[in-house]
Formats: sequence, structure tokens, C-alpha cells
Amino acid sequence: MRRADRIAALKAAAHDRILILDGAAGSMFQQRKLTEADFRGARFADHPSPLQGDNDLLCVTRPDVVGELHDAYLAAGADIVATNTFNATSISQADYALEAAVMDINACAARLAREAADRWTAKSPDRPRYVAGSIGPLSRTLSISPDVNDPSKRAVTFDEVYHAYREQALALHAGDVDIFLVETVFDTLNAKAAIKAILDLEDDGMEPLPIWVSGTITDRSGRTLSGQTVEAFWNSIRHARPFAVGLNCALGAELMRPHVAELSRLADCLVSAYPNAGLPNAFGEYDEQPHETACQLEEWAASGIVNILGGCCGTTPDHIAHIAQSVAGKRPRAPVKRPVAMRLSGLEPFELA
Amino acid sequence: MTVPIFVNIGERTNVTGSAKFRKLVAAGDYPAALDVARQQVEAGAQVIDVNMDEGLLDSAAAMTTFLNLIAGEPDIARVPVMVDSSKWEVIEAGLKCVQGRCIVNSISLKEGEAKFIAQAKACQRYGAAVVVMAFDEVGQADTADRKVEICTRAYRLLVDKLGYPPEDIIFDPNIFAVATGIEEHNNYALDFIHATKRIRDSLPHAHISGGVSNVSFSFRGNEPVRRAMHSVFLYHAIAAGMDMGIVNAGDLPVYDKIDPELREAVEDVIQNRRADSTERLVDLAPKYKGDKGAVRVVDLAWREQPVGKRLEYALVNGNSEFIVADTEEARLSVARPLHVIEGPLMDGMNVVGDLFGAGKMFLPQVVKSARVMKQAVAHLMPFMEAEAGGGPRSYAGKVLMATVKGDVHDIGKSIVGVVLQCNNYEVIDLGVMVPADRILDAAMEHKVDIVGLSGLITPSLDEMVFVASEMQRRGMGDKPLLIGGATTSRTHTAVKIEPVFDGATIYVPDASRAVGVVSGLLSPSEGQNARSAVRDEYVKIREQFARGREQKARATLEQARASRFRPDFADHTPTRPSFLGTRAFNDYDLATLAAAIDWTPFFASWELVGRYPAIFEDDVVGEAARNLYADARPMLDRIVQESLFQASGVVGFWAANSEADDIILYTDDTRSSELARLHTLRQQMLKSEGKPNLALSDFVAPIGGPADYMGAFAVTAGHGESALSLHYKQAGDDYSAILATTLADRLAEAFAEVMHARVRRELWGYAPDEALAVDDLLAEKYRGIRPAPGYPAQPDHTEKATLFRLLDAERATGMSLTESFAMAPPASVSGLYFAHPEAHYFGVGKIDADQTADYARRKGWEVKTAERWLAPILNYDPAR
Repeated sequence: MRRADRIAALKAAAHDRILILDGAAGSMFQQRKLTEADFRGARFADHPSPLQGDNDLLCVTRPDVVGELHDAYLAAGADIVATNTFNATSISQADYALEAAVMDINACAARLAREAADRWTAKSPDRPRYVAGSIGPLSRTLSISPDVNDPSKRAVTFDEVYHAYREQALALHAGDVDIFLVETVFDTLNAKAAIKAILDLEDDGMEPLPIWVSGTITDRSGRTLSGQTVEAFWNSIRHARPFAVGLNCALGAELMRPHVAELSRLADCLVSAYPNAGLPNAFGEYDEQPHETACQLEEWAASGIVNILGGCCGTTPDHIAHIAQSVAGKRPRAPVKRPVAMRLSGLEPFELA
Repeated sequence: MTVPIFVNIGERTNVTGSAKFRKLVAAGDYPAALDVARQQVEAGAQVIDVNMDEGLLDSAAAMTTFLNLIAGEPDIARVPVMVDSSKWEVIEAGLKCVQGRCIVNSISLKEGEAKFIAQAKACQRYGAAVVVMAFDEVGQADTADRKVEICTRAYRLLVDKLGYPPEDIIFDPNIFAVATGIEEHNNYALDFIHATKRIRDSLPHAHISGGVSNVSFSFRGNEPVRRAMHSVFLYHAIAAGMDMGIVNAGDLPVYDKIDPELREAVEDVIQNRRADSTERLVDLAPKYKGDKGAVRVVDLAWREQPVGKRLEYALVNGNSEFIVADTEEARLSVARPLHVIEGPLMDGMNVVGDLFGAGKMFLPQVVKSARVMKQAVAHLMPFMEAEAGGGPRSYAGKVLMATVKGDVHDIGKSIVGVVLQCNNYEVIDLGVMVPADRILDAAMEHKVDIVGLSGLITPSLDEMVFVASEMQRRGMGDKPLLIGGATTSRTHTAVKIEPVFDGATIYVPDASRAVGVVSGLLSPSEGQNARSAVRDEYVKIREQFARGREQKARATLEQARASRFRPDFADHTPTRPSFLGTRAFNDYDLATLAAAIDWTPFFASWELVGRYPAIFEDDVVGEAARNLYADARPMLDRIVQESLFQASGVVGFWAANSEADDIILYTDDTRSSELARLHTLRQQMLKSEGKPNLALSDFVAPIGGPADYMGAFAVTAGHGESALSLHYKQAGDDYSAILATTLADRLAEAFAEVMHARVRRELWGYAPDEALAVDDLLAEKYRGIRPAPGYPAQPDHTEKATLFRLLDAERATGMSLTESFAMAPPASVSGLYFAHPEAHYFGVGKIDADQTADYARRKGWEVKTAERWLAPILNYDPAR
């Protein structure tokens, strides 16, 4: 299938049913008990700094592990797999002195996800599988000062963030991903830089891809880390004309629900949600069992507030399989049409009809 | 019909429009510049305009710094920003700093289509709404046709070519100055207004904005005329569809309130109605510049109107001169005396209610209207009683009101009662210090529709919770409960009161809201909606409150004590007061106190906001303030001349030293025997490095330090007040009754100020050479403070008991304390004196359980008792 056909098929499928995204990668890698040598591979054997923990690098050094991860989720029933590129930007990779490897990591990651998805599409051509290019939040943030004594200071500039995202988006686009997934947005200004970088690709004659933006409500305050309410967040990223908007990470299904419901009331596009497997216990582990997560998401589906479901931290292929089974056959949410109005935001929304 | 909505955009964070802001930014004083932004948001700006276009500034850098700083201030950052510059680089620098969806101000076709489209596309990709100026390659549009032509061209490019959402386009069709003396300028205002109408009609969803102050540029220096011009201009522009504007909203007179002569002349200019309108306004303008001393001629033209209209006039204007005669005339023209009340009098009061609701009348005027109404009704009463088989007067509803047990304050409640009566509600006022069972018995007996509770001091909050729980127990859920008074709040009502009572429970922030709330609740069609809307809102507030609670990290008491404030005693040896022990001051000279009154809070108690004496010149409330003052002054003179009130006070000083958070008072200078111990509370909020966690005890030298002293006082001007206001009330004159009460309050405050000044100069004498003007005194520029228990620096009301015992205040002044530690008479003030030059007012804020336990131990209380008295400042939920 050509990419344009896949995108058309994706949009059609979203109309008919609730789509399933994959689950967590990090915890799955941890289970493999990978060593420093696994992360380095032959190519980075002599790299001056430690590389263990740079999960995105595995796309280059242990492609077999990443490929198996994608296979496991596709086997569990995922329609969409995300590339293993959450931290594959020059800013985040600077922590490992791997800025120069960013293009390769994204290219390998896109290829692995593409191959896995295409393998499963070939098995059941009536149900194509899709690849979302994961664009994460960065280790540095634009709206918050790193220095309590100088609140105007920033650890990074908009232009630096823009160029880091642009480099990643170019590589993912070239790697034939179907969607850009700007995810785990805890500072909306970082996301806006990513959106601008993606929209600007059009000026280079590149085929526009659907954009999916997923924000993170960090705690019970109901706000992002940078202070926005769900509605303010939506107003801030709406200009991306997203294919989908949603929430992920930080919260389990129970605490995330009211915010998903709120977003569902607002968005004129698809709504997604991929919560953590509950809240972490005292050891930082997630205890929520697959059937427990699935039971809650089934209610969301039955209430008609979601179009795409998946899992974030602590979820496993077993979680995804349970979710996929419990929402199969449920009707997807119908996007809302709201009255025309100028909608702006600070930390809170503003509306003028 | 669509209601015109007008968004006001804060204009003070603009270096081109505000000299103050420009200086702050140029000097790099960003904290003060942020305050400017904060004030605007607090004053109701829905968007803030930020402009750094100043030749001597690095505008892009200043924009970046300021917007980054705003991002760290949630109380400012909650509203959207308007990034304002004539330079694209500066706009783009701003767009790179805001996470929200902002407005770009502005882009235009000035430099051609290519540049316009490039900039608009960038705005689209950064995610912003955009202001488009009516400016093209030829120049700035002046006529209506040119404005419409350019805006239409821009709209088509944006919408058709770029797919820009039309609702995110705001046109600024250029407001230019009129009445400049140049004939071509005369139609500029009308050009804008007409263009606005045509653009709104032909370009769907687009908005219209503009800088309003341009229109009056030729009258700079004459603010009253400028404001009138802005008001008239907006009146027409908003009607034509202008829905946003950069204005100083608080500074605009209401169209109807502009002097008719001035308004006509301004209308001529704005609407370009006469060839000579500019000359006429120029001639008229000096008359309005500042001086308001125009001669007033008594105009009796209203006497020519039919009797119904005359009654309406009398009610609206609070004029009782002819009310009895007019009422009698009306009575003779109808079948039954009741018909006068239900006909012309209620019609008149409806007009009053509408004007009040629309912000065109103010509280003192409404209370005066009620007085006229009462006089009319009083005249009719004997006829109604004489009437055989006459049905009773029909009311819109029956409301019972009371100030709860332990509390003595009732100004706000009286005003609410009067306002409700004006709107045809029957009001049963049980007065002050009313126990719960009496309130509820009366509510049942009179079959009231609504119960209203009032209170001023914090312990009353608990009493209200108790009344609500009693209503629940007695199954009175059908009667809505209204909560009001100075320490009550929406949050307290939602979190503490509503959960214990199944009936509707509603917080009423001020008297002007009371009628809306009551009529909403009692409306057969809307009542249920009103109740469930409030209920939903309170559920949200409770959730927010619960979330907020979990977040406030506090220092431990131990840490807070370690960062106590350490004043400099080396350079400030404490002064020994001129005497130790107490001294009473009975029958203090009222004339002295009257001269020291701070009038600003007096107007505030009547819900007229503004500083005295500038309030008299205020375009909105000025007239109401002048009339109120004109009534208050003679009453004050009479109170002074006839000694209708008596002022009594007592002051005491003692040797004192502090021990941790307590202050120990000694019987004498030997400091060997402890007379009493005052307990204070310490701030536990997390402070930045070097900022102390304050307690009042910090201002007194610790044991082992220098021999220090402290003082205390209790003063009242309230003896005689209740007799006088009762006298007025019985005569049906609530207006004078409330006036007397508010004056007593001001005299008591003045008494506290006068005594404090004497303490500083002579009685304690630590500042013998102090000579400050009254304004400085009110601005608290002097040395030393006089905080009162129950206020932010020591929120525990029970400390008043120690204070009263030390001062023997009851015997010395006739003052007493209720079980909730409210002072009687209500017009009373008490507090502590601290003399150290670094002593200052502060708020304790929320405290944690460790301090509650420690405080309970020091007070000899159980922790539960401490939690009850300190409930409003606990940083935790004692129930958990």
C-alpha cells in the first residue's frame, strides 16, 4: 500500500471502530535485562559515555529486540504501533552525547515499525496496521525556568527546540511513518514548536501527514505541568488541525477519565487516551492488572468518549490484548461540532463568539 | 436578540501608551512591570496587550523577558496575551514565548500581499488569532469605503488562500481623532462605525477592535470630555458590532450618566451632525474640565407630570418632599389603598430595581428610595387597616435574616434587607446575636421562603455551619439558605456549609447580588435550574479545594522558628513608655475624632468604590458619593454637637520579652513576675532564602535580650449608636439608621488612629518628633503597628480575652466580648502595640498540625479546641 492509501484507510477505519494503539516499551525492555554491551553494540563500543538506558538507541544496536516488541503488540491486537523514538532528538540524546546518531536512530526505528506493521498487514490485508512516529516532550522545557532566582531564564530556546523536532520529523517522514504522534506534552510550548516544525515541512514540498497530539495532565490538579487546563491545552494546539487529540501518561485510567471526558466534549477531531497501568506503587512499579485497565476503558468506550485507546507506562501486550477484546464492536465517539467562536488561551480558556 | 459582548483588552502593559510601564521596563524593574500586568487582570482585563515598541529598548529582548516572566505568574498567565508590535521580529519573538493561543497585533497589506501572506501563515503555524489593520500599499484607510475594501481584500486572502479560520481574524479599521479643526477629520468616527457595521455584516465571524483613546486625541488634558467621547463612541461602535477594544474599562462613564448637555455636544461630534459641532464642543469643554461647582437650580418640572410618574420620580430620586401628598392623591384615584402600593409605588420600585441591576443607581440611592417607599406605605397603613375585609398586601416572597449568635455586625444585612424590600420582598430581620433555634423557630412560624445568615468575624463561620446542620435535622430542606458577610466566602460555603444541608445553599457576595439570587431561587420556572447550577458549581469548588489542599507544602514549625525574624535591637534600644499599667480615656472629644475620619472605607461600606476625595469626581459613582456625603456630614455634626455617641478607650503598657512564639508581660520593670502571656502564631509558608517566617512575638526582644515593652488598647465610639439607629428604624428611616451605624464605625476607627498617634508621640513616646500629614497616617508610614486579634497577623480571636483582662476593658470602657469574641458595641477596635521600627503587618497564612498542637499546648487547650478556633487557617483537614 502507498502511504496516501494507508492514511485514507486509517481515517475510514477510525470512522467504523475504536482503534487500538500499542503499550509501553520501557518496561518491556527492562524485562529483557539488557546490558551496557547490548546498548552499545559494535557501532558504539568505543563511545566515551555510558549508554545503558538509552532505549531509543536499541533501534540501531538491538533491532531484534525492538522488532519483537512491535510484533508482540501487533499480535495483541494493536492497529497502530509507535516508533521507539520518544527521546530521539538532538536535545534529549545530548544526555548521551549521541546528537550525531539522531537521524540514524529515527530511520532505523521507522523501518522496524514499518516492517512489523507491513508483516501483519500482509497476514490480514483487510485490516492494515499503521505506524505513528513518536515525538516526545524533550528533557528541556520552554515555559519553565530552570533557575528559581531568575524566572525569565530558559534552559533552551524555541529555535533550538524547533530545529531538534524538525530533524526528527524529517527522518520519521522519510522513514514512511503514517502519522506524527506528538506525545506526553507537559509543556504546550514545546508541543507548539513541534507542530510548527511539522507544518513547515509542507514548505519543502513534503506530503502532509496526520498529526496526533497527546497531552499529559500531571496530577489531580487537572492541569499540565506548565499549568494549562485541558480546554486551554486544546485551544493552544487546535491550529495543528489534528487527526486526533488525547491524553496519556502520569495518571491511571481512573484519574484520567474526567479529563478525557472534558476533551471529548471539546474536540472536533478524534479523541485518544492511553493511561498508565494505574499509579505506581512504592517501588515505582505498576500493579494494575490487564483486566482492571480494560474494564475501565470498556466503560469509556461504552460512554462514547474515545476513538483510540492504548496504554502508557506499566502496560504490557497482555493489557493491550484485554483492551482490544473489551472494546471490540463498540461504536467510536462522534466528533463534536461546536459553534464558531474565537478560542484563545492563557492557562485558562477564553472564548468570543 | 444577541447581547453585544465587548472584550476589554488591558492597555497598561504597553510602553507606547503608559509612561509608567515604559519607565519600569527601561529601568529593568520587571517585578514592578509584572505588577502592572497583574493589576490589569485583577481589574478584569480579559486579554493583556504587551507592547515594547520603544526606540531605546531592545524590543524583541524585552518582549521575550517579559513574556517569560508572565509564564511564571499563574494569576497573570491565566488570560491570553496580545503580542503587540509594529515590527514583525518582535511579534515573532513574542510568539516563541507563549504556550497559550494568543493574538498577534498586527499585520497588514502595507508592504504588499507576499509579506502579508507570509506573516499570516507564520501566525497560523504558531497558532494565533490575528489583528489586521486597515492599511494597504496606498496607505491607511480613512473613509468607510476604503476600510471595508481593504478588510475585505485581507479577509479573502486569509480565508480563501490560506484557510485561516475567519473567527480568528480581528480587523482594526483605524480609529482616528475627530474635532481636530480640520474639516476632513469630522467624519472619522462615523467612518469607523459604518465600516464596522458593513464588515460585520459582510465578512462572517470576523471581529472588530481598535484603540479607542485615539478618537479624543484633540482634547488631551481634559479627561472628563475625553471619557465622555470614548463612552459615546463605544456606545455606537459596539452597537455596530465592535466586540473588542484596547480601553481602560474602569474609567468609562455610563452613557446615560453623562451630563445631557455634554453628551449632546459629544454626540454631534461623533456623529458629525452639525457643521459647527467641533466649535461647540471646544466652547463647552472648559466647563467640564475638573471643576464640578456649577450652580444647581432646583428643577420642579417633574411636578407637572401625572401622579404615577411623580411617585416614580420621588422613588428614583429618593425625594420625600411631596410623597405624602402624592400618595394621598393616588389613593383617592383608586378603589382600594392597596392598589396604590401594588400599582404606581411598585412600578416605581421596579424602575429603581432595574436601574440598580443595570449599574445606573447605587446602594445609598436605593436605600433612600426605600425610605420614600416606607413613608408612602406608612401613610396608607391606617386606610388599609380601616378597610373591612381587605386582603393583605401580596409580596414576591418572604425572607428571614439574622446575624448569627456571637456576632454583632449588621450593616451588610440591613442593606440587603432594604434592597430586598425595594423589590417587593417581605423581610423579617431578627437582628444580631441570634441563636440557631430562634432563627429556625421564626422561620417556621412566619413560613418564610428563604433564610439569610450574616456574620463578620471568623467564629461566625462555624455558627453558620451549625445553623445549616440544624436546618437539616429539622427537615427544612425546602428553604434555601443564603450566606453573606465579610468573612464568608464562596469556598467556605461550598466546602463547609452546603455539604451539611440538603437544601439550596448559596453565598451572596454583596448586596447588589441579593435580589438576583432571591428572585432566581423563588422563580417557578428557573428556581430548579438556579439551584442545580449553584450545586454543580459548589461541587467543582469542593474538588478544587480538595486538590488545592494537597499541594500547599509548609515548613515545619521547627523550621519556621529557625527562620524567625530577627529585628535589629542593637541600633534600636527599646523606649520605656511614659507609664506602665493602664490608663482610661472616657468621653473622648468627638470633634477630634470626626476630624480624623478616613472616609474611603465609609464609601466602601456603601459599595461605592473609590478613594476620598477623588471619588467625588468619579464619573460613575461620583454623584452618589457626593449625595451620600452631603447626608452624612450634617448627621455627623449633630452626633458631635449633641454628644449622641460616647467614645471611651483604654491604653496599657507593660514590660515584655518574647519566648519563642509567646510574649511574656511582666508585672513591673524587675521582670521577675509574669503578669500574662500573649500567644502568637507563626507563618509556615515556604519562604525563599533570607525571607523570615514571621510571628508577632518576633517584634519583641527575646528573653535575655534588651528590656522591651509592649502595649495594648481597646476603644469604642459605639455607646449610643444602637439607640440612635433604633430611633431611625422605628421611624421607618433605614437610610439614616444605616448611616448612623456606618458613622459610628468610622469614628471608632478614627479613635484607634488618634490614640495610636498619641501613643507614638507621648504615651509610649518612641517617636516624639513625628509629624505626618493625614494622608501619610492613612498610608501607615509611621513607625510601629497596632494589629488586632482575629485579623491576619494573629487570626485567633480568643486572644482578645487576654487583652480585655489586661486592660480591664469592660470596667474601663463598658465594652464586652460575646462568646465568639466579637466586641460590643460593634463600633469598637482593639489591638496590640508594637514599637520596633521593623515591625510591620503581615498575614500568618495557613498553619500545619504541628503548630496547632503546639499552640493548643501553650493555650492549655485540647487540640480539638485549637482546631475549632483556628479552623479558617488550617492547612489540613482535621477530620482526616
